[in-house]
Amino acid sequence: MGSGLLYGVKRVSTPKVPTSERLWQLFVIYLPYLWLLLFFLVPFLIIFKISFSDPVIGQPPFTPLFDSSESSFIHVTLDNYRFLFEDNLYWLSYLKSAKIAAISTFWCLLIGYPMAYGIARAKPVQRNILLMLVILPFWTSFLLRVYAWMGMLSTHGLINTALLASGLIEQPLKMLYSDTAVYLGIIYSYLPFMILPLYASLERLDNSMREAASDLGASPYRVFTDVTLPLSLPGVIAGCLLVFIPAMGEYVIPALLGGLDSLMIGRQLFNEFYSNRDWPVATAVATILLIILLVPIMLLQRYQIAQEDGP
Amino acid sequence: MSFIQIENISKKFDGVTVVDNISQDINQGELFAILGGSGSGKTTLLRMLAGFERPSSGRILLNGKDMTDLPPYQRPVNMMFQSYAVFPHMSVAKNVGYGLVKENIKKPEIDHRVEEILALVQLSSFSNRKPNQLSGGQLQRVALARALIKKPKVLLLDEPLAALDKKLREQTQFELMNIQHELGITFILVTHDQEEAMTLASRIAVMNEGKFIQTGTPTEIYEYPSNRFVADFVGSINLFEGIVATNDSNATQVKTDALGLLAASPDARVNVGETLWVAIRPEKISLSKKTISSTDINSVKGAVWDLGYYGNHCVYRIKTDNGTYLQVTTQNQSRATGLDINWKDEVHLSWDPACCMVLRE
Ligand SMILES: Nc1ncnc2c1ncn2[C@@H]1O[C@H](COP(=O)(O)OP(=O)(O)OP(=O)(O)O)[C@@H](O)[C@H]1O
Ligand SMILES: [Mg+2]
Repeated sequence: MGSGLLYGVKRVSTPKVPTSERLWQLFVIYLPYLWLLLFFLVPFLIIFKISFSDPVIGQPPFTPLFDSSESSFIHVTLDNYRFLFEDNLYWLSYLKSAKIAAISTFWCLLIGYPMAYGIARAKPVQRNILLMLVILPFWTSFLLRVYAWMGMLSTHGLINTALLASGLIEQPLKMLYSDTAVYLGIIYSYLPFMILPLYASLERLDNSMREAASDLGASPYRVFTDVTLPLSLPGVIAGCLLVFIPAMGEYVIPALLGGLDSLMIGRQLFNEFYSNRDWPVATAVATILLIILLVPIMLLQRYQIAQEDGP
Repeated sequence: MSFIQIENISKKFDGVTVVDNISQDINQGELFAILGGSGSGKTTLLRMLAGFERPSSGRILLNGKDMTDLPPYQRPVNMMFQSYAVFPHMSVAKNVGYGLVKENIKKPEIDHRVEEILALVQLSSFSNRKPNQLSGGQLQRVALARALIKKPKVLLLDEPLAALDKKLREQTQFELMNIQHELGITFILVTHDQEEAMTLASRIAVMNEGKFIQTGTPTEIYEYPSNRFVADFVGSINLFEGIVATNDSNATQVKTDALGLLAASPDARVNVGETLWVAIRPEKISLSKKTISSTDINSVKGAVWDLGYYGNHCVYRIKTDNGTYLQVTTQNQSRATGLDINWKDEVHLSWDPACCMVLRE
């Protein structure tokens, strides 16, 4: 009898999960962290480290941080950051990038929301076709699509030829190599990243919520502002982040469509890395960019936690 | 002129008729229940009354005014949704007050009325909670309060109590009746639960395949069903097919294969020689171990084949000597450890011809 009791107690205190299964569970849980560690944190730390070095001509083109041969064991310099702060060029580039990214995000939202709404409200068959159309551009290379815009916008491009032929204009318009072209390129390229999360949150929205608001006397406009928009806010936030963050560091579009004076930070980064071969300054530029991008994400996270906690 | 007039309403979805030419008058202050099986078109009919669905043909009049083309937000009608549709991003008080904000009523008055209605549905202490912090029953009461606060002329309720457990459902049924009585609002209630329809409604419409099969008071529907479908759908019933043998002012006698000659309450509409069904409710049959009937008619002998004990009553399935099954329910009036009549017991069944009805179709 005693042994039976003991056996019972033992079973309760140590649930028998095979060790291999436990390991597997841990592996699955920590896999995303491992991924982030290997492919985000470690590369970032390398970049972060380089941003405190001095540039040299050689291979690699920066001084080592730990040098046992010199008197001071650790060699750290803040010159790169000081340089960034002192030279207006960088601040203007950050500002310009932020402005272009913000305005593009706004336009993507303005264009993408009605599209996502339309897709979410369409009949299932049409919905799949429309979603396919949104994703379809990804089948061709990003670079090719930007080149196609060059072809359309250039002085003898599609748009100018058509306008000239129709007699609407006498002189070809200057569209390529301007901020407008950059906006067009970014909005066009990033629109799907806005539409898809918006669609996901709008599609999940229970239609009876909208009907209930309407039933209680809300006009279609109020139904939208009181129910549809607040309930699709997670999609709006996700879409805006997905557009704003890559647009902020965009290099290809301003390089191909923008004018020589389009001082976006992605271009500065490229110049420092490849033209000047000044890796320490380039990595400092990248580090500051990351910090700037972390601010909106953290603010949103705090907002979301506040939302979940309720009043 | 009735308060609500539904005139020849039909609704087709992609050519499939879901609501089929329904006409019905509903009086002011009435609690009208629509009872029907799943997919019979109840919700669709209600949605047409609320204005979410446009009828394919027909008209809906309220107080003599045609409201077929009015959008939902202009109708003096509120709906409580089958899924509750409580706004997840608003507190209980905000949810309940939403309809008043849309009427441009001042804030102190809104607060006062929200408080009042929350007290009515016993949610006063929950006014600052968010919907995800409420139980299913509480959510359902929020939905009810939100629909009631505008004091609509008509309140539409789509299976309002389906998600509640039996105790809470009964309690809420009484609350609903009190509220309806207090505010004098016309309720149109959709349900597939016949007990709910019976207890709540002043009139019931039994719906099947988009049509109202029968409309009447709960007693009419239960005791005088107009056809086999209604008799079978509302409550349990024993049905036997047969041919009318005699028909006079005393009784209609029907010759059945299952139980021989049966006497039913006289029905002038049937003809001798016609094939129809004799129907007897299980609780109308008396069950005894001894012979109780002096006549042969409406009396049979059998054995207990199956028995269900429900606490307050018992359901017996009796197999007669010729292999016919009958369902009989008895009240458990005495408090005893064992039942009087048990498995395999020989029993005598008999019933009053007045409790027997003949049904066509
Ligand atoms: N928007 C729609 N499009 C196509 N068919 C529909 C639509 N709404 C309802 N139906 C169909 O109409 C029929 C009746 O639906 P309805 O929702 O009115 O049934 P119900 O009586 O409320 O059923 P339940 O008791 O299950 O709620 C169903 O067959 C349903 O598939
Ligand atoms: Mg329904």
